[in-house]
Amino acid sequence: MTPGNPELAEILRIAKEYGFSDRQLAEMWKRPEADIRRLRKDFGILPTYYLVDTCAAEFEAYTPYFYSTYETGDEMQVSDRRKVLILGGGPNRIGQGIEFDYCCCHASFALRDAGIMAIMVNSNPETVSTDYDTSDRLYFEPLTFEDVMNIVEKEKPEGVIVQFGGQTPLNLAVPLMRAGVPILGTSPDAIDRAEDRERFQALIEKLGLLQPPNGTAMDLEQALEVAERITYPVVVRPSYVLGGRAMAVVYDAAELTDYFREQVPEKPEHPILIDKFLEHAIEVDVDALSDGNEVYVAGIMEHIEEAGIHSGDSACVLPSFSLSYDHVANIAAQAEALARELKVVGLMNIQFAIKGDDIYILEVNPRASRTAPFVSKATGVPLPYLATQVMLGKTLDELDPWSLRRGGFTCVKEAVMPFQRFPGVDIILGPEMHSTGEVMGMGADFAEAFLKSQIAAGQRPPRSGKVFLSVNDRDKPYVADVARLFADLGFDLLATRGTAKVLREGGLEVEEVRKVYEGRPNIVDLIINHEIALVINTASGKNTARDSKAIRRAALTWKVPYCTTLAAARATATALAAGRDVDHVETLQEYYARDARGQE
Amino acid sequence: MKAVLVLEDGFALEGQSFTGDFETGGEVIFTTGMTGYQEVLTDPSYTGQMVCMTYPLMGNYGITAEDMESAGIHAEAFLVKECCKEPSNWRSVMSLPDFLMKHGTPGVEGLDTRALTRHLRLNGAMRGIISTREKDREALREKALGLPTMKGRNLVPRVAATGPYAWHDNAPRPVSLGPDGSYAWRGTGLPLVVYDYGIKWNILRHLVAAGFEPLAVPPGFTAQAVRATGARAVFLSNGPGDPATLGEEIAIVRELCRDMPVTGICLGHQIIGHALGAHTEKLKFGHHGCNHPVKDLTTGKIEISSQNHGFHVVLDGVADVEATHVNLNDHTLEGLRHTKLPIMSLQYHPEAAAGPRDGNHLFHRFREMIGRATGN
Repeated sequence: MTPGNPELAEILRIAKEYGFSDRQLAEMWKRPEADIRRLRKDFGILPTYYLVDTCAAEFEAYTPYFYSTYETGDEMQVSDRRKVLILGGGPNRIGQGIEFDYCCCHASFALRDAGIMAIMVNSNPETVSTDYDTSDRLYFEPLTFEDVMNIVEKEKPEGVIVQFGGQTPLNLAVPLMRAGVPILGTSPDAIDRAEDRERFQALIEKLGLLQPPNGTAMDLEQALEVAERITYPVVVRPSYVLGGRAMAVVYDAAELTDYFREQVPEKPEHPILIDKFLEHAIEVDVDALSDGNEVYVAGIMEHIEEAGIHSGDSACVLPSFSLSYDHVANIAAQAEALARELKVVGLMNIQFAIKGDDIYILEVNPRASRTAPFVSKATGVPLPYLATQVMLGKTLDELDPWSLRRGGFTCVKEAVMPFQRFPGVDIILGPEMHSTGEVMGMGADFAEAFLKSQIAAGQRPPRSGKVFLSVNDRDKPYVADVARLFADLGFDLLATRGTAKVLREGGLEVEEVRKVYEGRPNIVDLIINHEIALVINTASGKNTARDSKAIRRAALTWKVPYCTTLAAARATATALAAGRDVDHVETLQEYYARDARGQE
Repeated sequence: MKAVLVLEDGFALEGQSFTGDFETGGEVIFTTGMTGYQEVLTDPSYTGQMVCMTYPLMGNYGITAEDMESAGIHAEAFLVKECCKEPSNWRSVMSLPDFLMKHGTPGVEGLDTRALTRHLRLNGAMRGIISTREKDREALREKALGLPTMKGRNLVPRVAATGPYAWHDNAPRPVSLGPDGSYAWRGTGLPLVVYDYGIKWNILRHLVAAGFEPLAVPPGFTAQAVRATGARAVFLSNGPGDPATLGEEIAIVRELCRDMPVTGICLGHQIIGHALGAHTEKLKFGHHGCNHPVKDLTTGKIEISSQNHGFHVVLDGVADVEATHVNLNDHTLEGLRHTKLPIMSLQYHPEAAAGPRDGNHLFHRFREMIGRATGN
């Protein structure tokens, strides 16, 4: 690319017609992306917008869907109405849930109800937010700076909403702001304070809050030093990843060395983050709504699985079922302090871990999280809808979300796993997200809600039969308590040697069964013969995980209900103990109506 | 080489020639088939027309020896978004650009075919000029306005048969008639005279498959000459141009209808319409493609059909004629039959090529009707 090259304009036009992005051209021509954009605009090489009519223009179509192309015509009429752009999350992938589709829909409804033209930008045909009647206009475009800027320059909206599409549009907040695009809601600077590791640390210190001890490393040597300082186990992960990709909990220097060998390139582009792993801590997810002054703590969700399981894979309960009043009050106060300090306008999500009496902040996301639809339905308060109104200038005083809240019931969110579809994959949960969906169980109490969520997620907990237990060494001190719950319910206990010994020491009657490599018949044979009603099998660390993989695989293949954490097993036993009728179902509206009557 | 397309109303687009230097004109129409470019190019009904393909990639499976619909290309020019020059298909014997150049037909790519389609849909099919020689748009527009309009244009003589021929081994074979006009039928099927106004070969293939022995004849073949051949029924082919200009052909068919079973497709259907007292009108931008829904009123079933016509028959209450098929997009007539005489016809293309074969069974319906009428 030589400036002044007379063929440059033509080459650039052809490249754009062929679909090269400015960014690709910038890489090829070794220039900043902004230069390519400027050059393109100087040459007048701008995209035009054509209608997605599915009939090659043969018939007149009324669907307000557009795609960009470098062509001669233009089928888009710019409206002079007030308008706001909503950025969606792009294609569905693990860690970028369909939950954001819900948020984008409600943002659109709120805009339309306010008389503002709702313009959706999303490249995902699988969503409701990209239905032709959800928004006033849809741009079927990638969520990149180039494509979004093209639309902004064409439509000139009064603002852009970036907090409803997950991390993808959120990452565009700062570049868009720098390009002079008005971002509605929380300021890009506040978003950066929550996203940037150092600025985030300063924020936590300023507010006098607690973070797990942590550090960063560019190579193994540094990592070993950090881990030594903050003590094992630690969570390691590359920075700038979605959905906990390549995240792992490691328990010693050998595992850390393995991790670096397998996951980290020789010279990583970004530092590796290392945090102290809080073993057996309770993880709590909080969604809050703020107008910059007032804060509405919408939901404090208690995870059933302990900290260390990705929040997208963990089941959670609203309202919380084991937290003390003090903990709840303290968490709410911290959430409010964070929202005020960041001057959040719209939604925010915070992940806490409670260990003993200490409350640690794991993560702050200044955007709608994947729990926003769950909290909205579990409390009757339409969070994304209200958040959009807040972004348009309403105050929480005016909207009064407190008065909308419905209660008197418990909701459980459970993740749905795609393991059945992927033969050979291990079903163990960890810091890397696996789930591809979620379900919600609703009931009068935890037991009913939990059982319904399990059934909806594809496993019906048994009422009787044999429970098989095989747990890793770290879980052994706790396994007897859980087994006792099942024994008290009349289940027979089966265990492999090590676990059986622990159970007997705990005074429980248990039948011993062979591990896979100990001969036959072994536990996998029993699973295949349908002799096992429930499998409780935990693993952590690479080696134990490999040993027990065959067991979990068999359970999955032969559709035997399974728990891969003691927490889930405990929740199952607790729920079964209540003996609820879970075949009785009611609508969300019936639950809400009952609470409304209760308030009168 | 840059090529400029200018329509009679001044609408202009630029593209690149992939067949060298040229200037040509005709009625610009669009065709919606995603495949079937070879059949479109070799279909004589496209005579006098420049064909714009709405699907953006053409040529990717090359040209095949078995899929010719006539001996050559009849479209005036081929207008596409992108032409694939290196086909990938084991049956391919030639690339699309080579095929066009062999027949001297201009091919242009890089045109915004969607903009062109939209313009034609909104404003109707119209005359246009495409040229690599002249760049002045006003001059090209003047030339376009100087072209004959499709309405009132008789194009049959350009593509119709000039003498009788039989259909053997997937190719036309010229034959001669006896001094008394008789024909030595081979006995391979029901003797059928086929008027070739610019026939698609797949029609002949289907007539053979349905149990006919076709003898193709030129448009001016008289009713008396038909009887002299000993044929038991008559079939009228597709063809180009405005059916209302075909006075002589219509008169012959009117006479044949009195004592022969008569069937027809496309232009043949329009000639039957005229012969029975109906008239034809020009459609705004025609039906060209492989995705037109047609309802068979006799069964209630819907077929997705292959179509290529710029005119349609309007029955307006002609005695003893009823509609059998209707287009579900614009409710125009797609098929008719006489309630007393063994006469039926279809506007669309049951022989497909290109397009779906939903309508293939209609050749058997022809055969059954003729069988009932002739006792064969």
